[in-house]
Amino acid sequence: MPAHPDILVLQGNEACAEGALLAECGFFAGYPITPATEIAEVMAARLPEAGGIFIQMEDELASVNAMIGAAWGGLKPMTATSGPGFCLMQEGIGYACVTQTPGVIVNVMRGGPSTGQPTLSSQQDVYQARYGSHGDYEIIVLAPSSAQECLDLTIRAFNLAERFLTPVVILMDEIVGHTRERVELPALPCIVRRVTPPKNHDYKPYEPEEANGGVPYRADFGEGYAILVDGQLHNVMGDRVGHLSGPSAACVKRIHEKIQRNLREIEDVVCNIPDDTARIVVSYGSVSRCAQRAVKEAQAGGVRAGHVRLRTLFPFPDAFFASLATRFKNAAFIVPEMNTGKICREVQRATLRPVRSLPKAGGEMHTPAEILAAIGGA
Amino acid sequence: MHPLAEKYLRKSALPTMFCPGCGNGIILNAMVRVADKIGADGFSYVSGIGCSSWLPVMIKADVLHTLHGRAVAAATGLKLAQPGRRVVVFTGDGDCLGIGGNHLIHAARRNIDLTVIMINNHIYGMTGGQASPTTPLKAVTKTTPYGSDEPPFDACTLTTAAGASFTARETSSHPRRLAKTLERAILHTGFSFLEVMTPCPVQAGRNIYGNGDPVFLFKEFAARAVNNPDESSVSGCFRTGILHCESGKPAYSDSKSKMS
Ligand SMILES: Cc1ncc(C[n+]2csc(CCOP(=O)(O)OP(=O)(O)O)c2C)c(N)n1
Ligand SMILES: [Mg+2]
Repeated sequence: MPAHPDILVLQGNEACAEGALLAECGFFAGYPITPATEIAEVMAARLPEAGGIFIQMEDELASVNAMIGAAWGGLKPMTATSGPGFCLMQEGIGYACVTQTPGVIVNVMRGGPSTGQPTLSSQQDVYQARYGSHGDYEIIVLAPSSAQECLDLTIRAFNLAERFLTPVVILMDEIVGHTRERVELPALPCIVRRVTPPKNHDYKPYEPEEANGGVPYRADFGEGYAILVDGQLHNVMGDRVGHLSGPSAACVKRIHEKIQRNLREIEDVVCNIPDDTARIVVSYGSVSRCAQRAVKEAQAGGVRAGHVRLRTLFPFPDAFFASLATRFKNAAFIVPEMNTGKICREVQRATLRPVRSLPKAGGEMHTPAEILAAIGGA
Repeated sequence: MHPLAEKYLRKSALPTMFCPGCGNGIILNAMVRVADKIGADGFSYVSGIGCSSWLPVMIKADVLHTLHGRAVAAATGLKLAQPGRRVVVFTGDGDCLGIGGNHLIHAARRNIDLTVIMINNHIYGMTGGQASPTTPLKAVTKTTPYGSDEPPFDACTLTTAAGASFTARETSSHPRRLAKTLERAILHTGFSFLEVMTPCPVQAGRNIYGNGDPVFLFKEFAARAVNNPDESSVSGCFRTGILHCESGKPAYSDSKSKMS
């Protein structure tokens, strides 16, 4: 028996699986793909012991749809993949959004497009995670930057999925997924479960419930409610209205509003911004580790630098950035990312300020020195 | 309204959107009768996209109307989550054998305890009459204006080869036989596959069978259904009845739920 059974050394992928087990994940459907495979392997070994079900499906189309079936069967479902598989899941993610089906989808990002770079890291899929399926929808996207956060944010992803009846994407990257570090298991993790309709309630499966923050109640299949789940736009009972403009607009509005009116609950920004900050580095995922170091060094050297780390990427914290822009009128924003520059556009949109993008292609993370150079001298 | 319809149909989904002369209503009728007989409470329904996939939406039960081709994959997740409930999938020839063919063969291979009812009208009905994987050779459709140059699938042979422990074929021209075989398929433990041959007078009638008249087509389908394997080699004929039944073959959903 180790001295501290709740302190482990895990790679991010393993920590993600541990988080899923702690969050009472009951169903995992997956298909092997580098660099995400370890998540499925841990779940294959551990989920049956925990009373859950693991299945290796024939492809990622099947995985995401099996997840949807399991969710309506009352389980908390999960799948994990990387770019090529994430592409195949997009239609199912849209279906889960419009049918308000909870589930956690992990994308351990590798370089793309296409087969791309199976073994190297990237942050290229941030817009795909937000906008990858067709049509108008809201989705929650989280981005851990350490093994510990892989665990913590996986628990949070399940909680958000159940709370808001929506798919939640965890955007890891190869570096975070494969880096082995100290992970502390929470003693009493807070676990959220979908809210069931109260007894004698006139149950409408897609009706936003004021008492539940505008989120519907959720009964599972087999409880006698004759629930209709349909990917066609539908009314609050699930009956199709795709041919009618007013009711269709109302359906789309419902899946947006339940997220937008609860932004505070979903937002998750970690800040290190001294009062007189003149340069603000904005980062997420593994790049945050180097950004953190660069900002620290800059501060030690007397540079008025600050750091904003996004743990919830989407919905993007527009209001937070707007207030930041107001508070730090002359601060420059610097956004290092392992892509051609994507989240920098979000920062620019939300701050209405020139933003310096620090893109990096090829699969290697920025060095602290590169970010430090961008921050510049005092 | 018929008392069974009163009891089991989802009124908000009526009237059906099926064209006059469509066989899907007969299949819905058979499904409701079988559910009534063996206990409707225990059923969940899953379907894909197509006219045939709208069928269970009209049943007042838990219904997962999924994406084009993905019904069997979603049903797999639902069945594993709720192994004690009967999961019945409705799908079309395009949904099941075209875009969803991979899920079909893998579900058959696992012998998971699902019942898949594939409504074969030899055409993509919902999108307006394009060739499907069961469109006969030489048939003219909207996407085979010079006649189809691809041989069709035999779905029962395919699923049997893939490992399904029950395969059968019936027609909507024989509603009583259809209900009987449907009941057998549902009561079977393991993957059961029932192909229902049915006319689509509007999209397939004239082009594939040379006549769009529903009465002609229902008679024609009745005539083409044969029980004797030898006759089924006659062009246009198909064998009906239970084609393959292995009892006692382990069902995947059972072994999974025992593990946990
Ligand atoms: C991914 C995707 N591709 C194409 C379509 C368009 N589509 C809708 S129904 C259908 C054909 C259905 O044919 P079949 O399964 O034979 O059902 P039928 O209408 O004949 O009963 C197609 C291609 C779709 N909805 N989704
Ligand atoms: Mg068809």
